[in-house]
Amino acid sequence: MSKRFLAAALLLTVSFAPAYAAKTSLVVGMPIEPPGLDPTIAAPVAIREVTWANLYEGLVRIDRNGKVQPLLAKSWEVSPDGLTYTFKLQDGVKFHDGTTFDSADVKFAFDRARDPKSTNAQKQIFAPIESIETPDPQTVVIKLKHPSGNFLTYLGWGDAVIVAPETAATNASNPVGTGPFTFKSWTRGDRVELTKNPDYWQKDKVQLENVTFRFISDAQAQVAALKAGDVDAFPNLGAPELFAEFQKDPRFKAVAGNTEGETVAGMNNAKKPFDDVRVRRALMHAIDRKALIEGAYSGFGQPIGSFFSPNHPAFVDTTDVIPYDPEKAKALLKEAGYGDGLSISIKAPQMAYASRSAELISAMLSEVGVDLQIIPTEFPAKWIEEVFKNKNYDVTIVSHTEPLDIDIFARDNYYFNYQNPKFKELMAEIARTTDEKERHAKYAEAQKILAEDVPALFLFQLPKLGVWNAKLEGLWENSPVPANDITEVRWTE
Amino acid sequence: MRGSSRIRPNAALVVGGVLTAILIATALLSLVWTPEVPTRVHIALRLKGPLEAGLLGTDHFGRDVVSLLMVGAWNSLAIAWPAVLLGAAIGTAIGTAAAAWKGIADEIAMRVSDVVFAFPAVLSAVMIGALVGSGPLAAVLAIAVFNVPVFARVARGVALQVWTLDYIAAARALGKHPLRITWEDVMPNIAGALIVQVTIQLALAILTEAGLSYLGLGVRPPNPSWGRMLSDAQTYLSQAPHLAIAPGIAIALSVLGLNLLGDGLRDALDPTLRGRSAAAA
Repeated sequence: MSKRFLAAALLLTVSFAPAYAAKTSLVVGMPIEPPGLDPTIAAPVAIREVTWANLYEGLVRIDRNGKVQPLLAKSWEVSPDGLTYTFKLQDGVKFHDGTTFDSADVKFAFDRARDPKSTNAQKQIFAPIESIETPDPQTVVIKLKHPSGNFLTYLGWGDAVIVAPETAATNASNPVGTGPFTFKSWTRGDRVELTKNPDYWQKDKVQLENVTFRFISDAQAQVAALKAGDVDAFPNLGAPELFAEFQKDPRFKAVAGNTEGETVAGMNNAKKPFDDVRVRRALMHAIDRKALIEGAYSGFGQPIGSFFSPNHPAFVDTTDVIPYDPEKAKALLKEAGYGDGLSISIKAPQMAYASRSAELISAMLSEVGVDLQIIPTEFPAKWIEEVFKNKNYDVTIVSHTEPLDIDIFARDNYYFNYQNPKFKELMAEIARTTDEKERHAKYAEAQKILAEDVPALFLFQLPKLGVWNAKLEGLWENSPVPANDITEVRWTE
Repeated sequence: MRGSSRIRPNAALVVGGVLTAILIATALLSLVWTPEVPTRVHIALRLKGPLEAGLLGTDHFGRDVVSLLMVGAWNSLAIAWPAVLLGAAIGTAIGTAAAAWKGIADEIAMRVSDVVFAFPAVLSAVMIGALVGSGPLAAVLAIAVFNVPVFARVARGVALQVWTLDYIAAARALGKHPLRITWEDVMPNIAGALIVQVTIQLALAILTEAGLSYLGLGVRPPNPSWGRMLSDAQTYLSQAPHLAIAPGIAIALSVLGLNLLGDGLRDALDPTLRGRSAAAA
């Protein structure tokens, strides 16, 4: 009886399906709501996941394979000494408010980002800039103080998108860019809605009319929303244990891709006992990364021994530098004077991978006599305030999804409170090195320094478990930069 | 009450008593013994079904479910008991005082109770969590807060009846202070009703604690709690349903046991109901 009824219901669905054929709307699910919508003033990746390439565009872009492609700059030339970049800009590009995009906007956007008062999260992008000249509206000449090997790549990031002087101040709540979609509305705690930009300069590429980003933090609710069709795509599903189910379901496409997200348990290196490298190494020795990945992410994700993406050609496997060895951990703790035990705490954000990892780390550390209290916190707002800004923490856990961000360990006042002059010098050298081979060799050296010095517990590379309706095309399978680029996404029937 | 001979066993009392005794015994046993260390993870043994590893299987970290349930029982009671007792003490004081002095004091006490009553425990927990930091203390205080008006009303209701009795009138005529009358004459007569209420409120408190822990406002990980076991089990429902069923049954049986015990005690202690409960039994 019930089977026949089900069959009838299925038939009904099938026969009605053509009615939805010309679907031009898309609902994308995200686990975290962005705190604002201006990627040039704050760090959270959720901002980029809504806005980058959808609302705002940079001079260049990073494509789905991680390569630099022209965008607002149709071409560029680099002088042989690597100090002068001359960009030719696209014609006929307009901001969403109708104003014309030209070289003055580029100068404004970059000057704003490199201003000492700017809160741009990636100031190293703009640090080498000596001057920005605008000989004519379609040309921008950027002169650097010293060569910057990653300069073009950096310009493809969300932090370097072009904003207009008229609207920059209000972009966080009312974003205005040059992208394929314009901002429609933001219902806090629920969704951001975008509509097609009718004046987009590459209009032909865009198929969708309406795009909604819905914020669903609970993994179970994410799955339910996908199954009910309330959400068409979840580029980053929060429940790895339910991913296999989607892999078997023909209605969905389930792709396990890579992100640039190094998941690390950052330690407050300025605070006792983390100022002692023996303690940091002991904690690293106490962690079984394989077991952690199995328990926290159902086995998806690659173990890392340093702070570098395995997707990058300069990656070296450093997981053997401080391998899982509880006996060694105990010995090191004893040597550091904590043979009778150590009591510390971890501030764990609500994301499943983070809270689960925290629980597992706590269990693993208890095996070597370390009592790790778990203090739940909320990402991003509370975490940014407590950990990132005030550095009021012992240990925390979060995934760093910016690409090529190993230099955060060289930054003053970053939340790790890590100070290593040798590492800093190396980062400065890398920034100046334009020869790729040489730069990669230095990156390898940097990875080894971190692996041995353990300023953070290096755990695993966050996978990107994407699930979307099988009829959708054009979504990114990997995340070479944090993004949900929906420019070319379309329904196949 | 005057002597245990007045308590007559009935079915609810026996079943409730046994279930509650098992709950308390399990909780106490967990302090000295559990089959496995409840917080020890065994990734290789994760998500094993009942009897595949341990009596009730293992959770998503390979922890033994039986051990987690046992310690969870203790954690549940360790929050529920102090919370209810705190609420009962304050509520009873307010209720008996209101009954003793009546008038404007009574009116104020009862209206304030109404206001407190209007806030659900979860909301109180969030507010208290913001003040003292979320965790077991916030859970105890939140549950205590919502228990205060309950006990204030019950205590006032029965105390008012007692105050109308002749021997109280006699005591008042002799010039006995209302506080002494409350303590020496009223309290013994309302104790039965309060004990019944404590049992019922304990059941509610266990349920609320589970709810708070489910929302991450109660017992902190990795310390096991039934509520969090349920919330952890959610996403594994299709692969390992026992992870949700086990704590679910534990909560249900504990709440049922305490409720039955409360009903049974009321029937046994309340002389006016005795005939009926005997018939029902």
